[in-house]
Amino acid sequence: MTKILEFIDSIFVAAKAWILCLLGHFLPAWIVVLVSITISGVVILCLGPVIMMYLTLLERKLIGRIQNRYGPNRVGIWGLLQPIADGIKMFTKEDIVPANADKVIHLLAPIAIVVPALMIFLVVPFGKGMTTVNLNIGLLYFIAVSSITILPIFMGSWASRNKYSLLGGMRTAAQMISYEIPMTLAVVPAIMMSQSLATNAIVLAQAGGHGLNWFIFTPWGIVGFIIFFLCATAECNRPPFDLPEAESELVAGFHTEYSGMKFALFYMAEYMNAFTLCGIAATLFLGGWQGPFLPSWLWFFGKTFILICVMIWFRGTFPRFRVDHLMAFAWKFLLPLTLINILLTALWQFTSNLAAWCGSILVLGISLWTLVKLNRTFVPEKRHYPLES
Amino acid sequence: MAAKFGTYAVMAVILIFALGVVTLRNIFHCALCLAAALIGTAVLYVAFRAEYLAAIQILLYVGAVVTLIIFAIMLTEHLAGKTVRQNNSQSPLAIAGLLGFVALLTVVILKTPWPVTQTALKAKVSVMALGEALMGTYVFPFEVISIILIAALIGTVVIAKKDAPEERL
Repeated sequence: MTKILEFIDSIFVAAKAWILCLLGHFLPAWIVVLVSITISGVVILCLGPVIMMYLTLLERKLIGRIQNRYGPNRVGIWGLLQPIADGIKMFTKEDIVPANADKVIHLLAPIAIVVPALMIFLVVPFGKGMTTVNLNIGLLYFIAVSSITILPIFMGSWASRNKYSLLGGMRTAAQMISYEIPMTLAVVPAIMMSQSLATNAIVLAQAGGHGLNWFIFTPWGIVGFIIFFLCATAECNRPPFDLPEAESELVAGFHTEYSGMKFALFYMAEYMNAFTLCGIAATLFLGGWQGPFLPSWLWFFGKTFILICVMIWFRGTFPRFRVDHLMAFAWKFLLPLTLINILLTALWQFTSNLAAWCGSILVLGISLWTLVKLNRTFVPEKRHYPLES
Repeated sequence: MAAKFGTYAVMAVILIFALGVVTLRNIFHCALCLAAALIGTAVLYVAFRAEYLAAIQILLYVGAVVTLIIFAIMLTEHLAGKTVRQNNSQSPLAIAGLLGFVALLTVVILKTPWPVTQTALKAKVSVMALGEALMGTYVFPFEVISIILIAALIGTVVIAKKDAPEERL
């Protein structure tokens, strides 16, 4: 029984090893190395778009259910072919470029935005031994690469020569810079406890306890996870943080002037970012591929999809933030809370008994209460405008 | 051989983008060229097996400095895509000074012996060693830099702060 489970657990790793072994019989070693890189690369390059396509379907279905309707159900059973129909539609649409646009940058922006989105896939540990590149600075790489995403968005918005696009781009730049800081600081506790920057090592640090020794089951872990997840939602511009593309204010924000496949590329990058950010959140705090009974890759994808469903649930539930609330939330609420969380983690390393539990819950409660009190909205005095007689 | 050729190719691309930064007439194009040149430098670091430095280069320079430059452009009239000349009548003098500086640098670089020892070849700087050095040997400069940064932050807040409005009678 355990043997079967182990086989299913490592089925993808075994398949790759088998192909390489087969090729190794009649090909020189350096070609085998190249093939090994190519297999991983092709898998990532296919995985990204396929995940994106079916995420759109999942989102439309779930949002439909939340809004008391069915969602797409005409193309294929349960609408399963809908993403492919959408893809064909996107390819055959006319590509409109505004007359005054900066042609080169307008073209480059949607191409450039997919690159960092795909590059993050390299350090995501999909299962036991299934990290594409086991970088020893994996998490730093993730933070660095995801910080580039601002540039293509601003390129696209600037090159469109459209005031709505430009407003959307400015909002994106401000929002993403602000939320990057609490996101990076929320990651620090996980790095401190696992003493490594490699994503694989962070997952391994959560081993034990029947595969349930996840970081989220500690007081600093749950706070870090919530902050990271909120910032991740803001980083990929999803509701309720979707000010850059607020359709009721800015038409479509930074991609107003894009159509056809160029628009689809922006869309694709957004969904791939949502997936990788949820994957990294699962890796850091939910134990990655650790878990009892089921194969490791199933655990990873299960956790990631639950997180994505929560994101979709957010979209169906919350109204959009106001700009000043958005900024105040990042700088005045999340940032101090992450700093307190880092301090707590440092204390946790010395003791982790019941007293530490109660103590950290007390500290977190007090700081949360203080922050909420300090952040309460300013209600101006009610003004009266007497009608002039 | 291939690695050497690739490194030189990356260097050439960086130089082309760097030229773009100082010659292009649209200020936003210049900023994008700067971003490309900085990413190219990060690629060079990866080629020289300094992944940590490459990640930091991307995080700090592309993620923060270029974004800061874009913020600065957003606040000027150049946002509309106006073109500006990047040179004036002083450029011949500047070129002469630059050539002199390059000549000086070349002489210094050629005169310095660059010893390749076995210990230098084997040295492998891990992230852990970097952290230990920052918290051990170099803890004093590290703290001084933190204080300077805090002072700069507070200074900007003080400068940017609006004066309290005068009370109306």
